Formats: sequence, structure tokens, C-alpha cells
Amino acid sequence: MTAPFDLSDDSVVVVIGTGAGGGVLANELAQKGVSVVALEAGGRYLPEDYINDEWESFGQLAWLDARTTSGDWRVANDFSGLPAWIVKAVGGTTTHWAGASLRFQDHEWKAASTYGPVQGANLLDWPIDPREMDDYYTRAEDKLGVTRTGGRAGLPGCNNYKVFEAGAKAIGYKEVHTGRMAINSADNDDRPACQQTGFCFQGCKWGAKWSAAYTDIPRGEATGNLEVRDRAHVLKIEHDASGKVTGVLYADADGNQHLQRARVVCVAGNSIESPRLLLNSASSMFPDGLANSSGQVGRNYMRHMTGSVYAVFDQPVKMWRGTTMAGIIQDEARHDPSRGFVGGYELETLALGLPFMAAFLDPGAWGREFTTALDAYENMAGMWIVGEDMPQETNRITLNMDVKDQYGLPVPNVHFDDHPNDIAMRNHAYKQGMAVYDAVGATRVFPTPPYPSTHNLGTNRMSENPRDGVVNAHGQTHDITNLFISDGSQFTTGAAENPTLTIVALAIRQADHIAGELSKGTL
Amino acid sequence: MTLNPRELTRRDLLSRGAAAGTAFVVGSGYVAGTSTAWAMEVAHLKPATMATLIHMARDIYPHDHVADAFYAAAVKGYDSAEAAPMIEDGIAGLNAAAQGAGHSSYVDAGWERDRVDILRDMEKSTFFQTIRGGLVTGLYNQKEVWPLFGYEGESYSKGGYIDRGFDDINWV
Ligand SMILES: Cc1cc2nc3c(=O)[nH]c(=O)nc-3n(C[C@H](O)[C@H](O)[C@H](O)COP(=O)(O)OP(=O)(O)OC[C@H]3O[C@@H](n4cnc5c(N)ncnc54)[C@H](O)[C@@H]3O)c2cc1C
Ligand code: SF4
Repeated sequence: MTAPFDLSDDSVVVVIGTGAGGGVLANELAQKGVSVVALEAGGRYLPEDYINDEWESFGQLAWLDARTTSGDWRVANDFSGLPAWIVKAVGGTTTHWAGASLRFQDHEWKAASTYGPVQGANLLDWPIDPREMDDYYTRAEDKLGVTRTGGRAGLPGCNNYKVFEAGAKAIGYKEVHTGRMAINSADNDDRPACQQTGFCFQGCKWGAKWSAAYTDIPRGEATGNLEVRDRAHVLKIEHDASGKVTGVLYADADGNQHLQRARVVCVAGNSIESPRLLLNSASSMFPDGLANSSGQVGRNYMRHMTGSVYAVFDQPVKMWRGTTMAGIIQDEARHDPSRGFVGGYELETLALGLPFMAAFLDPGAWGREFTTALDAYENMAGMWIVGEDMPQETNRITLNMDVKDQYGLPVPNVHFDDHPNDIAMRNHAYKQGMAVYDAVGATRVFPTPPYPSTHNLGTNRMSENPRDGVVNAHGQTHDITNLFISDGSQFTTGAAENPTLTIVALAIRQADHIAGELSKGTL
Repeated sequence: MTLNPRELTRRDLLSRGAAAGTAFVVGSGYVAGTSTAWAMEVAHLKPATMATLIHMARDIYPHDHVADAFYAAAVKGYDSAEAAPMIEDGIAGLNAAAQGAGHSSYVDAGWERDRVDILRDMEKSTFFQTIRGGLVTGLYNQKEVWPLFGYEGESYSKGGYIDRGFDDINWV
């Protein structure tokens, strides 16, 4: 029962992007009776369409529009046209994600006060009290069916996890378990339990893993209050003489352009496209782009401090069998500057299939040093490192005027330099990760460089003071009352944890706020 | 597989073609393994060029348990009107470098070490990077190659690994 709304209907809330932020926000608003038009650049794919094949699935779902890169990060060299691994489809990157769902630690909401000044870092406290998030986190965990929360059991440990757990315990780590995952360990919420197929990154064909594509989106549509238009790529946000936004211009599947009027616009295109859209919407009234009086739109781009450790053993592991991210070590997530850096990191198991392993183990490498590693693929175990990286003003999304996309608009350039804190943390994590595997008899270990960014954060950040950021504590832009940011680009700082549970919790919170303001008539 | 194996005996091959190194036989319009396990028609590249390219592919990503036929399949796409000039140029450069190092051609350098030295010297070149980059998917994304590394591929149609050994190791 999809609600069709007219292009000229200026009473609707327009949500741009239908991933973790936009997909959840659209449904939450629809559940409260708010009329929503969600515009999604990608197509619609459901579990029956997903493909158990790494490259084919990538071709089906990934965002492949042109992007450029700069900076000292290795991705700019290894994958110069692919700074980030993001999905273009209804449901956004929640089709690809692994499902790790962790709450921030309390002190991570207050990074600037906790860590003190860090040279070169543009640290700021979130304008949110951690206690205020408790209830929203619980609602998010219930929505996603997160294991080891709300009485839900943990997942069983696969082979990759067994090796990881044994190594972790051998070197004295205590907080080791199969993770808090948005993957059903038992039938739940009309979705089956995980069948350990091992293609979580390619879209879960069983629907055991939560994705907005087959939960929030159809549920929102079923209310009759939500219309999702797929293959609707937003090009520009329009405003009136008073500076309020009035609608959005988008291109449909055939390239025809339409103007959808709106009462409120919520931007949730992930942290590269969201600031790009604000910048591309510059006008004579807002020459630096919408909501950019602070100059912070596009800045403070964060991607988490990442890396991987793979290891080879004298016995088979067959890491591809079972959940892609199957367990976690949390002992290093604390803030403990005696390690030589502020903030902390998590170690999480990760498995890649042979095709992706060949591409990501050591990009650009060749010869026997590389091929003997792949020869031992069957005996390989792996983990991913994810830690807090420092926001830096100069790490930013800008418009590259020299390169145009299929609509003739400047493409985003993603500039990133590692902060010394990121490097110190990565080196510490490599050492610890290798120690985990050495403790269970690894014959060779590989400190593997970061992949294209899967976590993209911070480019429209939240701030108490309008001078320091783009949005307030509700994701409402400081400059334009009826323009909101609803995705990971709101993040003031990144914390050590995978971001999606927090993106979802913030979207639920924002829906409460917007629905409240609409009914009060203040929006 | 995209190969086009022919019914040729080793004797046929050797009588009709010329040896390129010890692994390949080149004849008019084809390249074959001397073992006769595979053969491939070439339409746009000189057969000797294709044989050298296959050898180069193996030297870039050497897996001793992976047969030449898979390397041949990985580079077969370069046998097109569009790609041929770039490949002929690149392979000519490779042979020139081999000659500079005292070998009669690239494939005639008997030790992998010698061939790898030649490749190292040109690893920044567009030609080398194009071939290497293409192999990452050309070689490792062949479904027929996966079992040689133990990788099992698609698992949904078999019900995943929940009852098929997702936690079957007992050595830890
Ligand atoms: C392989 C992989 C594994 C991951 N694993 C985890 C994990 O275990 N735990 C975790 O917390 N996170 C994980 N993530 C990250 C997680 O997927 C993202 O943090 C999250 O999906 C981001 O939500 P978002 O709303 O910001 O953007 P997205 O979910 O990316 O949604 C953005 C949507 O906006 C659309 N869009 C963009 N621009 C436009 C436009 N102009 N017009 C219309 N539509 C547009 C896009 O097509 C897309 O559908 C993973 C990511 C990847 C790639
Ligand atoms: S391992 Fe589980 S969650 Fe991952 S794709 Fe398979 S069934 Fe889905």
C-alpha cells in the first residue's frame, strides 16, 4: 500500500537516501503518521536478488559513480577512484554491512573533554548527554535484533572465531565473545536465524542479518505514509528567499529531472554524498553551499582508524565458512593514553573470499611473497581493526570542478591524511593482532593496510555552537530550520565502535523530534 | 573456461609449431601448452606474444599448483583489435629488456628469478600495471580456480555451513 505523493505536495518530509539513517528515519516518521517521500539513487534489491559472489555482488550494489582522492592515505594510491565502499540501493549500505552493533562508551560522547587538546585534531564534545541515548540505543537494538542485548543469545562461533578466541585468551584478553550482532541467533521479527553462509557483505540471502531494505522500508510503506522512489538521484536542494528549503531536484532512472516540493528535507546520503549535495546546492544567497556558515560542511571527514591482520597456520581454518564478522575483542577499546595514543580500538574477526583477498591483502603486491600467502588461503584466519580516528579540518570532501558525473555535476574529492594518533593506534593494534595469532601458532602474519572506507563519518558534524559545526543536537542544521542531516555525517567524533547502531539510534531520536515539531507547528 | 582446446597430439603440435620457452608451443593462429592439456586460438596478437604474456602472467602471480590454462584464460581478453597494439608494444619492450640482460627473449630466461628481475625494473610502467591489475580479477575471479585454493564459493543453495562445518576445526 505505497502512498503516492504529488510532486507539488509541499506538506511532505523528503528523505534523501534510504540507508541506516534515511531508511530508519523514513519508517519511524511514517509510523507516526508523517507523510514521507524517500528518494534513493539506487535500485531495489531483495534477498532473492543478492548474489553469493564477491565481485558480481559489488557490481550489483556498490556506489560506482566517479570520485577522486588525495592525501597520504594508501587508499588514494591503491584505489584512487574508489575512496569508499558504499552501497547505492534501497536500504543503502545496510545491505553490505557485517552487522556489528555496539554502543559508544560514555566518555566517547565527550572526546574533547576526555582526551584534552590533541595537536592537529579538531576535537569537540557531542552536544548530547550519554544518558539521553540509553533508551534510544535500546530501541535501536530491539529494532535490529542485536544479539547479546535484550535477552537475545549470541551467535555460535565459526572456525575463524575459534582461532581468534583461543589466541585472545592465550595473551590474556578477557572481553572476547561472538559479538553484538544485528544477525538473528534464533528466528526473530519474521526473519530466520543465521545459516552461516558466509556472504554477509554481499547481502544476506536469508534475511537473517538486519537491513533496512527488507525491514524498515517495507514496514514504512505498509503504513500508507511512505513513498520510496528508487533510481531517484537528488542533484540539488532548493530554497526560497527567506532561506528555508522548499524542495529537491532529482533525476529519475531515465535521466528526466523533477522537482519534489517539501516541508522538511532530511539528507542521508552517507558522509561523502551528503556534504557534496549541500555544496552542489550553493546559490547566490548561500554561495558556500547550504548550511555552511561555519565553513565546516565537508570537513572533519573520519573513516575510523582501520587495518587488518591475517595469519596463516599449519592447519586449515576455512575462514569463509560462517558469519563474516564473527567475534570481537574489546579489551583495547578503553581510553588509556599510556599506550601512546588517545581513544581505543576494537578487534573483530573478518573473512574475505579468495577474490577479495587477492585484491585487498596487499594491494599492488606481486611475486612469490604475495602468492605464497594466497597459496595458504585455506589455512588463513583474519581480523579487522576499528578504532577512533581524529577529526581534522583538512580531511574533507570538496567539489572537484575538473571531473563531472553523469549529470554534469562536479564529483566529490575525498582528501585524507592520517593523524599521528591514528598511526600510533594502528601500529599498536597491528602488534596486538599479530600477537593474538602468534599465540596459537601462526606461521606467518600479515599487517594488512586499510580498505576503501566502509565507515564514513563527520562531514556535517553536530555542535553546540553554530560556529563549530553544521547541525545541532537533533541533526537540524544551525542555518536552516527545515533542513536536517540524518546519517553518519552528523558524527562529532567517531568513537571506537562501528557506527551503525548509533546512526540508527540518532535517526529514531530525530524522528521523535521532527514529528514533535511538526505537530507543534514549529516546522 | 573461455579456452578452446583442440584435439592435437603433442607430436602434431611440435611438428606444426615452434617452441616458445619450454612450456609453450606457438603455431599460426594458436598457442598451446607443450603438454597438450590446452590450446588457445589467437586472432589479433602474434601467437608468440600471447605465449610470452601468459608466461609473464605466471611470473607476476606464480602459483605452482595452478595450470597454465588458467593464466591463459586470465589474459585471453587482450586478444582484441583494441588491446593488441598496447600488448605487442609491451611484450616487445619486455623482450628487449630480456635481451639487454643477456637472454635471447623473455621466455628463454630459464630462471624465474631472472624474469622477475626484468619485471621489477618495469613494475611502474603502465603496461606492467595494466597486466598486473587485470590479473587480480582475471586470475582469482575464475570460479574454476577457486577449488585449487580450497575456496568453496557460493553456499546459499547448499543451505550455508550451519550443518556443513562452519565450526569443524579442532586443532585450537
Ligand atoms: C562491507 C561493509 C561492512 C560494514 N560493516 C559494518 C558493521 O559491521 N557495523 C557497522 O556499524 N557498520 C558497518 N558498515 C558501515 C555501515 O554500513 C554504514 O555506517 C551505514 O550504512 C551508513 O549509513 P548512512 O545512512 O550514513 O549511509 P548509507 O547506508 O550508505 O545510505 C546512503 C544512501 O543514500 C543514497 N544516496 C546517496 N546520495 C544520494 C543522492 N544524491 N540522491 C539519492 N540517494 C542518494 C545511497 O545510494 C545510499 O543508499 C559496513 C559497511 C560496509 C561497506
Ligand atoms: S552468515 Fe548469516 S548473516 Fe551472514 S549472510 Fe549468511 S545467513 Fe546471513
